Amino acid sequence: MTAELQRPSLRRRLASLGRGTVAGTGLIVVLLLAALFAPWLSQGSPEAMDFSAVLVGPSSAHPLGTDNFGRDVLTRVLFGLRVSMAAAVGSVAVAMLAGVPLGLVAGYRRGWIDAVIMRPADVILSFPAIVLVIALAGAFGQNLGLMIVTIGFVYTPIVVRVMRGAALELDGALFVEGARARGASHLRVMLRHVLPNAIAPVLVQASALMGVAILMEAALSFIGLGVQPPTPSLGLMLSDGRSYMGQAPWLVVAPGVGIMLAVLGFNLLGDGIPRLLDPARRARA
Amino acid sequence: MTLLRVTGLRTEFRAGGAWHAAVDGIDFELRQGEILGLVGESGCGKSTVANSLMRLLPGTARIGGGTAQFGDDDLLALDEVRLRSLRGSAIGMIFQDPMTALDPVFRVGLQIEETLKQHLGLVPAAARQRAEELMRSVGIPAPAERLRAYPHQLSGGMRQRVALAIAICCNPRLLIADEPTTALDVTIQAQVLELIRTLLVAERGAGVLLITHDLGVVARVCDRVAVMYAGRIVETGAVTDVFGAPRHPYTRALLQAAPTGEVPRGQLPTIPGRVPVLAARPTGCSFRPRCAHAEAVCAVPGAADPIPLGPDREVACVRHAAL
Repeated sequence: MTAELQRPSLRRRLASLGRGTVAGTGLIVVLLLAALFAPWLSQGSPEAMDFSAVLVGPSSAHPLGTDNFGRDVLTRVLFGLRVSMAAAVGSVAVAMLAGVPLGLVAGYRRGWIDAVIMRPADVILSFPAIVLVIALAGAFGQNLGLMIVTIGFVYTPIVVRVMRGAALELDGALFVEGARARGASHLRVMLRHVLPNAIAPVLVQASALMGVAILMEAALSFIGLGVQPPTPSLGLMLSDGRSYMGQAPWLVVAPGVGIMLAVLGFNLLGDGIPRLLDPARRARA
Repeated sequence: MTLLRVTGLRTEFRAGGAWHAAVDGIDFELRQGEILGLVGESGCGKSTVANSLMRLLPGTARIGGGTAQFGDDDLLALDEVRLRSLRGSAIGMIFQDPMTALDPVFRVGLQIEETLKQHLGLVPAAARQRAEELMRSVGIPAPAERLRAYPHQLSGGMRQRVALAIAICCNPRLLIADEPTTALDVTIQAQVLELIRTLLVAERGAGVLLITHDLGVVARVCDRVAVMYAGRIVETGAVTDVFGAPRHPYTRALLQAAPTGEVPRGQLPTIPGRVPVLAARPTGCSFRPRCAHAEAVCAVPGAADPIPLGPDREVACVRHAAL
């Protein structure tokens, strides 16, 4: 018994997460580092053209080949990852900052507060996300910052809904009532007891939304409403590479694999979150 | 000395657009150094009494009237800030289910320390030390290590001890215990009751309102008892008086239905019928439809008003003298 109460070793903690989660976390960390250190990992500028080496296949000089302007594809993928990761992390951060407090209050206090928060959220939710994002991008212009806020805005009601549902489930839980019986204020009960017990599904949702945000950025850039050329973005690269798919398949394969790995990484990460947050499940594994 | 005096407490629940009284004007008194048992069947309103006193009612309920004088304060009229300062410090509370009464994501030590810091303003090191002392005083072995345990790592009995440690951590003058031992097995039950008796009542002179449906528990630890039926108190008095010579037909039936060691195996006596639903309480005495001695007079409004039988002894039955 005494031994069990000791902090488990790092190795046991990692093992308890399961292979998928560890792999997903590793993948995301590698991709984030790659995006962060893109200037040092690649050769020169992603916009540097070399017309003596146009549409060259993978070689030691250009590990992923070059595009129709002779730009190094690896360099462009690394810089494109920056846009993708910024879109993923940024938009979900916006959605969480707005959605978690609103959902928490709606689920905990219920009644008219719940109605005031949830009705507008339902209205936003009733639009298909991508259509709303396209409309907003068309209305407010196209740059990365605006795109992040736009995707974050569309995500907010999704986060609100999940957070509210999780908080609602704790309504009447004895430990919540117990905290009130010990003299804790509503704010304290919400932040100290409801939030930590209800956040797991929200984080799972957030990791899935990050994957979708990468796809959304790619889709927006693909149709020309996202990041503008010559800034590299994985979606933009896919769109540009389409015309050369027959002669230079690496032009679409490289950004495609990049998108796939990022989405996969976020989804694997999400699988392990409930286990990571629940002390009982953490110990059982 | 009187610790808590409840008069005319009425708690209503909304159902189908109307308010119905789950607690229908009850009076009782709790003295210092006394354990008062509040007993009754499921649904009689006994837990609602506890939640009303703590003002922890759900959104569908409201307090319809009455006072609960605790020291200089009326618990039913206090503002939220003053109420919060009383909850957890002057008034402790423990609940039925120790499995869910502790927050599953925090170590139990933290949960004790949280309350100590809030009400007593202890610095972390002092709170930790006090938490360890409390864990020891409620009979938890190796308290220093157990402070680092998560609730799921402790047994039900251990958890109820931790809950008790939290409830008594600020030396409450009043403990409200809502079925504190119902989920525990018999030996642990006796230990927890004994702890309440020694730690709170004998050592600190606190008063305990013990809510239970277990007459054995009442007989073992309570000084006085109030029997509740359908939102009203039907009989009060010292435990020896009420159990030795029950005057209300409901108390009698309840005592007869209690299993004792001597009864030969066979069917236990039961009370026919069930507790009337909130919206359809009969006029006069609520127990009338299930009572073997009911007569026309029992249907008259006021038939169930408490009648004093002596110091500290009341019965709410118009026909008590004839029975």
